Amino acid sequence: MGEIAPVLNSTSAVPATTESPRHSALVRVTHWITTVCFIALLISGAEVVISHPRFYWGETGNNLTTPLFQLPIPSSRRLVQTGYGYVLPDQNGWSRALHFEAAWVLVLTGLLYTISLLVTGHLRRNLLPGKGNLSRGVLSREIVDHLRFKRPTEAEAWSYNVLQRLTYLFVIFVLFPMVIWSGLAMSLGFVSAFPATVTLLGGEQSARTIHFFVSLFLVLFLLVHVFMIFLAGFQSRMRAMITGRPGAGKERT
Amino acid sequence: MTNSSRRKLILSGLAATAGGLGLGVAARIANKYGLIPPDHGGIFGLGETLTYASQRLLTRHSLAREFSRSQISKVPFPNEIAPPSEEFNRLQAGRFAEWRVTVDGLVDRPAVFSIDQLKSHPVRSHITQLACEEGWSYIAEWTGVPLSHVLELVGIQPQARYVVYFSIEPDWWESIDMADALHPQTFLAYGLNGNELPVGNGGPLRLRVPRQVGYKNVKFITRLTVTDNLKKIGKGLGSAAPEAGYAWYAGI
Repeated sequence: MGEIAPVLNSTSAVPATTESPRHSALVRVTHWITTVCFIALLISGAEVVISHPRFYWGETGNNLTTPLFQLPIPSSRRLVQTGYGYVLPDQNGWSRALHFEAAWVLVLTGLLYTISLLVTGHLRRNLLPGKGNLSRGVLSREIVDHLRFKRPTEAEAWSYNVLQRLTYLFVIFVLFPMVIWSGLAMSLGFVSAFPATVTLLGGEQSARTIHFFVSLFLVLFLLVHVFMIFLAGFQSRMRAMITGRPGAGKERT
Repeated sequence: MTNSSRRKLILSGLAATAGGLGLGVAARIANKYGLIPPDHGGIFGLGETLTYASQRLLTRHSLAREFSRSQISKVPFPNEIAPPSEEFNRLQAGRFAEWRVTVDGLVDRPAVFSIDQLKSHPVRSHITQLACEEGWSYIAEWTGVPLSHVLELVGIQPQARYVVYFSIEPDWWESIDMADALHPQTFLAYGLNGNELPVGNGGPLRLRVPRQVGYKNVKFITRLTVTDNLKKIGKGLGSAAPEAGYAWYAGI
């Protein structure tokens, strides 16, 4: 490490002699494990929903009760009235197994990441908005810049802007905890030991409905996240999250 | 290779070895305390094992949530069942008077019970939720004899680890560990909401294990067998569910 001094254009706004990478190894590794797990959870979760695309509020709900809403999709179960003349094949066995296994890996990875956030100062340094950045002026300028799809400057490749920070904080400390909680609240075994986890959400079926909507928010985050990466420069952002250095590849050529 | 990268390599090698040894020891301890499910192999074995082990550590004695009478669902949704066999139709025509359930395996006094005989033992009820892995659920009052009572009658032997239970429907069988088998809410259920258990809900006899999802609650029970080893039954994965790609443990 550090034997080769980074050769950088002196006029560049990028820090010229930075020792530490844009993203630490731990952030990069946990990021990609989370990515793989999230995609596995999304696919398997969608498969499980297909077996009963009806959502309810409260403790119970089934084909004989009125749903809160029903997704306009075919089902993998014959007894669900969908309006489609066919039944999809049952995929719940592997879907459930993959869902829970990916959830385990994601939760353990997330724990490691969250602890490191607090211990390394990553939270304070890179995620909590700086003093004064929450003022109306800064926020509205950021929002306008985002709405205009303005490409970030090169300097911004080395830090997060305030909207990014707020979004990441929301995803890490609100959406992920909520999706884990609402998921656990559907487990008969888990709630037998911790019944308040399901009653606080309004019942098992409410937990399922909440789980679905929080997942939709996470998908929305994923879509915006990927869109912003393309906007900011796909190659440099991907390189930063893989090798740790946004410009490393360019310098060698 | 530089010094620092060599040091890193050696350190990560040591860490991997320690991790591997640690896992080996952990697996041996976990097995000793009954924390490894029979379907622990394959790509999903890690997830199945983590779920089963953590739930066993957290929920060995916890009770499934019970509800008030006013929360009972208007209609206990009967899920699809296979067309009944001729034998089932014959038994149903006789109002299940000739229905028999055999209890055998690692027991001191193997026995056969009729539904009426089961009814002569302590009658217990609980208002619990039946949740299907598909996502739907209903709440109903289940009445039956605690499985622990039946196991006490036949005298389970000390090496017993699982209770395997079979439906009259071919290829429908499941098993539970002793924590669930001896759990006070695990019933051989013959009543639902104050009436006979309807055939659609598993009548005349269903194994009701309220801390696990619907498919572990096998309908039309005809045989229970106590064992210390699931390897010799079926494909050795513990029950019919893993043979069909579903988890053996379904507390989630």
